[in-house]
Amino acid sequence: MMLEKPASVLEIRDLSVSVGTDEGEARILDNVGLSLMPGSIHGIVGESGCGKSTLIRSILGILPKRGRATHGSIMLGERNLLSLPADALQKDVRGRAIGFIPQDPFQALNPVFRVGTQLLENVRTPGDSKATREAKRAHVISLLKAVQLPDAEHALDRYPHQFSGGQRQRLLIAAALAAAPGIILADEPTTALDVTTQLQILKLLRGLAIERDLSMLFVTHDFGVVAQLCDTVTVMYAGQTVESGPVAQVLKAPFHPYTQMLLACHPERAEELAGIPGAVPSPLRPPTGCRFSPRCPHARAECTAGQPPRVAPQPGHAVRCVLHLDEAAA
Amino acid sequence: MSTSGAALLEIEDLVTEFGGGKAFLGKPQRIVRAVDGVSVQLKPGQALGLVGESGCGKTTIAKTALGLVREKSGTMRLDGRVVSGLAPKDARKARATIQYVHQDPGAALDPWWSIGHALDEALRIHGVSDKGERTTRIDEMLHAVGLDPSFRTRYPHELSGGQQRRVGLARILVLQPRIVILDEPTSGLDLSVQATVLGVIDELRRRLGLTYLFVSHDLSVVERMCEEVAIMYLGRIVETGPTKQIFAKPQHPYTRALLAAAPRLEPGSLNDTPALPGDPPSPTNLVSGCTFRPRCAFAAPKCAEARPPLLSVGEKHRAACVRLDEIGAPTPA
Repeated sequence: MMLEKPASVLEIRDLSVSVGTDEGEARILDNVGLSLMPGSIHGIVGESGCGKSTLIRSILGILPKRGRATHGSIMLGERNLLSLPADALQKDVRGRAIGFIPQDPFQALNPVFRVGTQLLENVRTPGDSKATREAKRAHVISLLKAVQLPDAEHALDRYPHQFSGGQRQRLLIAAALAAAPGIILADEPTTALDVTTQLQILKLLRGLAIERDLSMLFVTHDFGVVAQLCDTVTVMYAGQTVESGPVAQVLKAPFHPYTQMLLACHPERAEELAGIPGAVPSPLRPPTGCRFSPRCPHARAECTAGQPPRVAPQPGHAVRCVLHLDEAAA
Repeated sequence: MSTSGAALLEIEDLVTEFGGGKAFLGKPQRIVRAVDGVSVQLKPGQALGLVGESGCGKTTIAKTALGLVREKSGTMRLDGRVVSGLAPKDARKARATIQYVHQDPGAALDPWWSIGHALDEALRIHGVSDKGERTTRIDEMLHAVGLDPSFRTRYPHELSGGQQRRVGLARILVLQPRIVILDEPTSGLDLSVQATVLGVIDELRRRLGLTYLFVSHDLSVVERMCEEVAIMYLGRIVETGPTKQIFAKPQHPYTRALLAAAPRLEPGSLNDTPALPGDPPSPTNLVSGCTFRPRCAFAAPKCAEARPPLLSVGEKHRAACVRLDEIGAPTPA
């Protein structure tokens, strides 16, 4: 390597994940690669079934029972999360090094317990694990203030139904921040919210990332949210990463035919309203090579020979497509 | 009285309320005014977008227009004939030419019924007794929404999300309605499937001369599909007019905030977009005057005095704000 690249805080290399089903092995993720740079917000965008959520679950070590990583590595600093024992993941990674914001604020909180009971039970204060209940309570209240929850002092005595959707999402963000993690994984945290509330939450996340020096992986299906919030983005299709790069470049001049065709479906851009012909392949019997090739108008014989290598026609903007093979070295 | 005789559906000063009865053990329920004095007009062949956030009353308007929910006051004219103030059963009968495409056709279709059976039942209920005619109409309609006749024998669980939407459309359109209310027709669909479904909806409208009331919270979809749009906040229309004009020059402070918050494909700085403070208040406990004023950056004492009327701000473009002259031209979106 010629240039010294800044070290990523989270590096996923050639990750393949399979889930056993009654009909056979389904390869949900296929050679996925991704780097999360310090202090950046990285979007993961793709349609349903593309493997975004499985990727997040792999990082947290909470794959479904019959799921396992068959190949590759997930490096958190020097440690490969895939080879860590379960108790180490629970003790040092989940909620500690990596915080998680779930998708649905209406389901993530138990309606029959007070918010305080739920937050204090799960919250681990940074460093001191034997903190008193009062210290924990003060810590949680300070977090609720940080996420700009109105009337933070009394919030802990209330029940989830007494909060609006946006406020509940703030509670969950506070819970994710509790142990002062350096990395936040967010799985479509604003999908259930209205746009004006979504904007509040996105601004809050942006502000927290800067204030607390967080790096964030933000899963979404909405390119508009990627444009609003993220610095860089990875586009996924059927378990493969097809393109990644700075948001402005990917949105303006995408390299991969899938990204191009998907963006052309957006009501803002579509010349005529027509979807992408064909359907997403089943992970039980995926096409060989590039999984988009059966639907791709540019497909040729070599597309099915194997997954195209990752090349970067522009610095930082990489694509896996045979159309760009000669444009630049990796 | 309205001057436009050309309107297919005319809704004037519609009010719909919920609650007010006695709950279990006699505690009186609070009254929620879900639709508060709304007037809209649908001209033949037009697509009107009804936009707003959850709880703003857009679905209640749709259900009241259908006759599924009884209006408290206001008049509704269909083809010039008054169809409001009727008993629920008669109201639905009088409004049979208005049909409703459910938000989630996967939930609206009976899992035990084949697609053919579901469509056949719809026709039978609406009095098409000839079996041959029903079969022809079903085949025609499946073809029109882009499904081949083999779908007649399939069951809802065998269909993808996009195909379920098409069946949902076919089941309504086979009844040959004139006005179709589409309630969030593409929510929950992937971008590529959404484009296909919107394409089908658009084409059917042109081919069959349909009139749409398009209920949605997705601004980019409404901008694309509707010539006219009405923006709602807490049961009232705060701005209405030609879609192009409203998206280019939103007047009402709420419309401005809503359009600014909507994600667009242009990477923009979050810092430059001010967020509305707080959440929409509960509709059981509304403030006087303009209901948006607790969250409005331009609120002044006079906003509390009376309910702001819809004032003309351009050709066919009206906004309900008393401070429009003072708050200056909107920043281009």
